[in-house]
Amino acid sequence: MTTHDSDLVRDADETNDRRPGTPRRGTGFLDGPLTLRTTPSATVGPFLAIGLTWPDGPFAVAEGTPGAVWLRGRVLDGNGDVVPDAMVETWQADPDGRFAHPDDPRGAATTEGFRGVGRSDTRHGEYAICTLKPGPVPDGEGGWQAPHVDVSVFARGLLDRVVTRVYFADEAQANAADPVLTGLSTEQRATLVAQPTEDGYRLDVHLQGDSETVFFAV
Amino acid sequence: MSGSPSSFVLPRYPPEDADQRTPVAFPGYRSTGLRAPLRTPVDLPHRLTEITGPVLGEDRVAPGDADLTLRAGGEAQGQRIVVFGRVLDSGGRPVPHALLEIWQANAAGRYRHVVDNWPAPLDPHFDGLGRVVTDSLGRYEFTTVKPGAYPWGNHHNAWRPAHIHFSLFGTAFTQRLVTQMYFPGDPLFGQDPIFNAIPPAARDRAIATFDLSRTQPDWALAYAWDVVLRGTDQTPFETDEDGDVA
Ligand SMILES: [Fe+3]
Repeated sequence: MTTHDSDLVRDADETNDRRPGTPRRGTGFLDGPLTLRTTPSATVGPFLAIGLTWPDGPFAVAEGTPGAVWLRGRVLDGNGDVVPDAMVETWQADPDGRFAHPDDPRGAATTEGFRGVGRSDTRHGEYAICTLKPGPVPDGEGGWQAPHVDVSVFARGLLDRVVTRVYFADEAQANAADPVLTGLSTEQRATLVAQPTEDGYRLDVHLQGDSETVFFAV
Repeated sequence: MSGSPSSFVLPRYPPEDADQRTPVAFPGYRSTGLRAPLRTPVDLPHRLTEITGPVLGEDRVAPGDADLTLRAGGEAQGQRIVVFGRVLDSGGRPVPHALLEIWQANAAGRYRHVVDNWPAPLDPHFDGLGRVVTDSLGRYEFTTVKPGAYPWGNHHNAWRPAHIHFSLFGTAFTQRLVTQMYFPGDPLFGQDPIFNAIPPAARDRAIATFDLSRTQPDWALAYAWDVVLRGTDQTPFETDEDGDVA
């Protein structure tokens, strides 16, 4: 157990102006790398709605914004029953494939009014997130990733989040070249591809079963 | 950054060793049986989407959110406590201006939630929700009442040890964490599968420390708890702005 004034903890003054995630620069390594063990995860439990509800949670972008779509789906358990006490969180690029985040090497920029993050519980039987369809995102090696949304699913009965991705069926060409999708079987790929609907896209999350969603270790 | 615009080196967040991480499923926790995925997760190399994440802070917090004893229109019943600590990454670096969302049962062990119907009293002046943002040094602090233990249907006479739920985003998708903070010396640890799902080597890190020096005389007891999120690996040959190897 460390405490806030543990002598294992670096003096914060030299580091708190860093951009998040960037490696230390300058002389910081003279005192050697320091490793703290991470805090272990726990389930959100059945009462997540108390702590994790935002009135604007489902709106990565305001409804009515040009290009806004609803991404919806059920979360299903091993019996095929709907999980009504899950929470789905999404994180994604904007339509230009950009992130409003300092670790985006192209500079933090995103579409005006677009938040990138969405959060929806499943109390009404499915998650529903109002968002903009992301654009292709560079893969960092000179190529492109197909438009995709990173998804975390939390629920009673999950001791850690499970992570998956949503791709889009109407991006067949980009999907065929995506470095993540191309590493999966046809059957696996199908669990990640949302189908167009009247007001957006739909993809169910199967926690278990014959069509168990592909989950990722991140 | 070096390289062409479409080719770049991103920070990397190494995973914690498996023997330090809570598994998604645990046999003693029955609800995991139909919910925890059965197939091995597929490795996802970190790219832009994973090393960025929601930047959430003061905009998600309202005045009074850091005092759960006064949030709900009156004074909450129970043992008043201050919970404080730092949010760090595994490199020991503070995570400043980061949102913490917290929720908990009241002093009698009852949540203000429609699904929680066991016969313990609700407190009209306690809603069990708090939100705080870390300061520039990664520090947080909130005031609440010590939550009670509560029964649940997992096994015969099952009781959850007293705990406070925490949710943190950090600064990257890879750092997202939802967890529970426990209190030292709880006699209910031994029979609780959610606590015991944590690998033995990591359990201490889920338990706060009583801190007499931070108690508030005639007012509140104090518990210290640091949260450590995944950090980036540290490259010893990183160069400084002039291109010199540090
Ligand atoms: Fe709880």
